[in-house]
Amino acid sequence: MENASVVTPASEAEVADIIRQAQESGTPLAISGRGSKAGIGRPVAAGLRVSSLALSGVTLYEPSEMVIAAHAGTPLSVLEAHLAASGQRLTFEPPNPAALFGNDGEQTVGGIVAANWSGPRRIQAGACRDSLIGVRFVNGLGETVKSGGRVMKNVTGLDLVKVLAGSWGTLGFLTEATFKVAPIPEAEATLALVGLDDRRAVEALTSAMGSPYEVSGAAHVPGGWNGGSADPALTLMRLEGSAFSVRQRVGALAGHLAGFGGHSVLENEDSRLVWAGVRDCAPLAHPDTQAIWRLSTAPTRGPAVVADIARQRAVRHFYDWSGGLVWLATSTEGDAGAAAIRGVVDTVGGHATLVRATLSVRTEVAVFHPQIGALAQAAADLKHAFDPAGILEPGRMGV
Amino acid sequence: MTSTAFPPPDAAVLARREAIWADLARLLPFGGLITSEAERRAFETDALVAYRQMPLAVALPSSTEEVAAVLAYCNREGVKVVPRGAGTSLAGGAIPQEDAVVVGLSRMSRVLAIDYANRTARVEAGITNLAISDAVGAGGFFYAPDPSSQLACTIAGNIAMNSGGAHCLKYGVTTNNLLGLRVVLMDGSVVDIGGDHLDSPGYDWLGLFTGSEGQLGVVTEATVRILPRAEGARPLLIGFASSEIAGACVTAIISAGIIPVALEFMDGPAIRICEDFARAGYPVEAEAMLIVEVEGSEAEIADELARIEAIARRFDPLVLRVSQSPDESAAIWKGRKSAFGAMGRIADYLCMDGTIPTGQLSLVLTSIADICAQNGVGVANIFHAGDGNLHPLILYDASKPGDLERAEQAGAEILKLCVDVGGCLTGEHGVGIEKRDLMTYQYARADLVQQMRVRAVFDPRWLLNPAKVFPLEGRLTQES
Repeated sequence: MENASVVTPASEAEVADIIRQAQESGTPLAISGRGSKAGIGRPVAAGLRVSSLALSGVTLYEPSEMVIAAHAGTPLSVLEAHLAASGQRLTFEPPNPAALFGNDGEQTVGGIVAANWSGPRRIQAGACRDSLIGVRFVNGLGETVKSGGRVMKNVTGLDLVKVLAGSWGTLGFLTEATFKVAPIPEAEATLALVGLDDRRAVEALTSAMGSPYEVSGAAHVPGGWNGGSADPALTLMRLEGSAFSVRQRVGALAGHLAGFGGHSVLENEDSRLVWAGVRDCAPLAHPDTQAIWRLSTAPTRGPAVVADIARQRAVRHFYDWSGGLVWLATSTEGDAGAAAIRGVVDTVGGHATLVRATLSVRTEVAVFHPQIGALAQAAADLKHAFDPAGILEPGRMGV
Repeated sequence: MTSTAFPPPDAAVLARREAIWADLARLLPFGGLITSEAERRAFETDALVAYRQMPLAVALPSSTEEVAAVLAYCNREGVKVVPRGAGTSLAGGAIPQEDAVVVGLSRMSRVLAIDYANRTARVEAGITNLAISDAVGAGGFFYAPDPSSQLACTIAGNIAMNSGGAHCLKYGVTTNNLLGLRVVLMDGSVVDIGGDHLDSPGYDWLGLFTGSEGQLGVVTEATVRILPRAEGARPLLIGFASSEIAGACVTAIISAGIIPVALEFMDGPAIRICEDFARAGYPVEAEAMLIVEVEGSEAEIADELARIEAIARRFDPLVLRVSQSPDESAAIWKGRKSAFGAMGRIADYLCMDGTIPTGQLSLVLTSIADICAQNGVGVANIFHAGDGNLHPLILYDASKPGDLERAEQAGAEILKLCVDVGGCLTGEHGVGIEKRDLMTYQYARADLVQQMRVRAVFDPRWLLNPAKVFPLEGRLTQES
């Protein structure tokens, strides 16, 4: 894909023309925005790369209706600045890819949708797919299709919006996305417990999530922020809301977790910084020669999953989503741990995605957790229903 | 008598009726198959009672395996299947057809597992919505989406329609509160989607199946997200002299960055009908009323209510009353949640379900009044104001010739208006048969064709709930 020539259509109609021609000539296409997450997924042998960068700009923003729409190539930073000017934000906290992939961190609206790219607040506010209420895209036949719209409750017909989220360009070239958004809370604070082992930490996190105090982030970083054994483990819980409410709930949550030892409180900017680090996988991002995995399982199973994998392979790790999201770093040797990691995850339930690895590893190893049985066949059929010639990012997700 | 057509029944299937009964009876335990005319009649409609169709047979399986056996048989024999939860669909989503077997989930209503630490519950799909909250209530948890019919409606039906409720402004709709599904596909194969963890590998099957109106498979089990109950909750009633003023107040609350857990609107006729029924203490002199609910500790509730009250005072409320007790709160919600029942006492009605951008509220309410007046039918408006999901109740008299047709005409004009102002035909009830023939108004041909291609991945022969969602004309078939 790196060597493919690039076209940069300036309109949805031009996108449709390009895809129609590619379909006729059987030319495989790669789709890109800023390319910040191009290192995720199986490498694609594309004859042409189609860039969304000329399709840029916010097309609709109604703060009182909490809805924003933008062309796919719009930089996320532009969208977020628009929202911030009216005191609003995307709720799913898309990670900044700079630390993981060594780029400038800029990504597009289309990119975060294609990757269903969600951060720590996913446990409370949902994933990117939960905020996404409308899409426009061009399918593999060059047809322009819309699904959903600009209202947050809409059950009219099949929900293709969800299907497009996280489809990594394999079903269509996204041209516009519409999100529901929310006010930026007046205040935030993070309650930090110090020195807990993994099992005890996840007990604290799940207990906090089971409390009525509306925790919006729940992470545990063992062995300290930089992985140094001298640093104490940190167990982090974030509360957001009006200043009055946050103050109330910090006190109540601290009382609720009194059995887990002493705590400290990070306020506003300090809290924001620590959650940016969790969001962006900062504790494991370096050294950049290591492979990075992202595992989703039920929160209480997180520590056992890590222990079982660690018996087979040297790994560094931390937890988000109250223990249910395990970030792992390991060497790229062999299969970068794929067999060991997927073996453990398959036993307990969940899935594992190889987020960062060299081109050669990604060529050999399934990046996305393989689907089996009827769903594997359905995935191939679904791909065919959008892209019968198989020209859109062929193979990137394994289909 | 009514305007929505059903596809003509398959004469070959009707001719083999007795053989099909005998075959199905072998696949189900004693009493699991209903064939007598009197008993089948109980399944001939749902909450869209203006339409009735006798089913070929009704299967009431007790397990996923029995569902799979019935579907595999029907698939092999080319017999259509209509899945059914509690039959509370207002859009006709569960209405059968003469050549179809109804697969009802009423015997699959167990709670299979509750996991408080991971905040999940795994249930059979025939369980009622409220029974899930009841099952986890002792642990201090609840299941968030709360359609008005939650006492009766099943999670299977909620998943089929991606149901919402009064509290989805804060907690989201069904699709935002599911983690896993067990689904029987039309060929009888059983697939597990997701599980008790977040997100799925590969394509978002959970998102696709939710809201698919029983056209892609029959959901037999679900793993749902449960949430800890708030420390407390309290509603505030605000009465206004007009709908326009109430709408402006809603905008002001949201623009101030306040997202109440619920923000419900009723117009004058709805207030008076519901008050007459529920004795909830609603302000019958008002032409519009908001129910605003906030959650949290006592101190947080007081703080947030004070901020909302300060905003509402700028809009000259006729009445502004904070609930003073749990009994009063229950009465306030009882009035709202029994609105459809209250309406049913005084008239026959069609319940509309369009969604509009909230900025269009005043314009749309005025237009709804005009449309109903022009068609000679009454209307009462109830809706979820925070998210723009309208429920105009169009009142008619079923015994009066032509009145239903006039109500349907008014309903269609209202839904088109919702689309015209940037909204959609249905926010939480689904398309069913009711809005099927309006789909071409909201979607271009290419949009519908793409949806039908996706549908064909799971049911290329149109055997599953085939009379619903897509207009009968212009359907994709295997040959096309």
